[in-house]
Amino acid sequence: MGLEAKLKEESFFTSTIDALVAWARKSAVWPMPMGISCCAIEMMASGDPKYDIARFGSEVMRFTPRQSDCMIVAGTVTYKMSHVVKKIYDQMPDPKWVIAMGACTSSGGMYRSYPVVQGIDQFLPVDVYLAGCPPRPDNLLNALMQIQEKIGRTKARDFQDRPLPELTVIQNN
Amino acid sequence: MDLKELVTNKLMEKFPEVVFDFSDYRDQLAVTLNKKFIVEVSSFIRDDQDLQFKLCEDVTAIDWARRKNRFTVVYHIMSLKLNSRIRLKADVDESDCSIDSVSSIWKTADWHERETYDMYGINFNNHPDLRRMYMPEEFEYFPLRKEFPLMGIPGSLPLPKKDN
Repeated sequence: MGLEAKLKEESFFTSTIDALVAWARKSAVWPMPMGISCCAIEMMASGDPKYDIARFGSEVMRFTPRQSDCMIVAGTVTYKMSHVVKKIYDQMPDPKWVIAMGACTSSGGMYRSYPVVQGIDQFLPVDVYLAGCPPRPDNLLNALMQIQEKIGRTKARDFQDRPLPELTVIQNN
Repeated sequence: MDLKELVTNKLMEKFPEVVFDFSDYRDQLAVTLNKKFIVEVSSFIRDDQDLQFKLCEDVTAIDWARRKNRFTVVYHIMSLKLNSRIRLKADVDESDCSIDSVSSIWKTADWHERETYDMYGINFNNHPDLRRMYMPEEFEYFPLRKEFPLMGIPGSLPLPKKDN
């Protein structure tokens, strides 16, 4: 039924490295679940059998930035927390993507006040903004598909020779 | 004798010139007192066998903005024996923005006082560890004071640098 049914004998197909690499990358976008507040509950729900984020190859929520491709920032980011978010983002290996999940993360949302960062794009390169307070799991899956589409357009060499980020240590005690 | 009479009589007897005012709201007694005697009054109501106000539930403050004594520090105290609460209030002026800490009497007051310091800038003398609670250490303002703008002071809270 799939590709193997057509391969009666020893066969080959032609493609480009770019297409192959992009296909591999977009079929296994491992998320870094940066669950800060209530959006994280919907993010968890998207992992359950009803919504099943595994259909998109993104069920591997590792809670470690070292093995992830896409950071889902789910929740209100305060100025104090922003340094932590950035520190974790910096530890993710390139290439990497960011989903700003929910109103708070995208724009500050209903927290229009002094401690809340009015949109994480002030310090992170956001790829997809996700509306809702909190967004439904289907909406998160839609954002993931947008990310996949974006990855599908990349070329393998796009991420060559990227300078490593300068890690700054901020003392919080 | 009900609780309010009991507390009122005991305090009037013990501290006749310290307590300024008793008021009653929703069946709870509020005692306004001189801030210099907050530790003495606190330890008295905690240790008195008939009262036993052993639990400090909250310490907070009110900013009256233009009043002479600008701040009022409010203590919510509960007695498990009497199953009831009272409030202690002490006025603090902006020129001498400090009051003695009651954290030696109620351990829970430690963090409540830190929070009050963080938000209003009221110093608690003899506090074991008067650091900021919510805001970063190097922050210079007190957010719940009336003159503090809702959106904060631009540039007062550092953000991480954005990569290119």
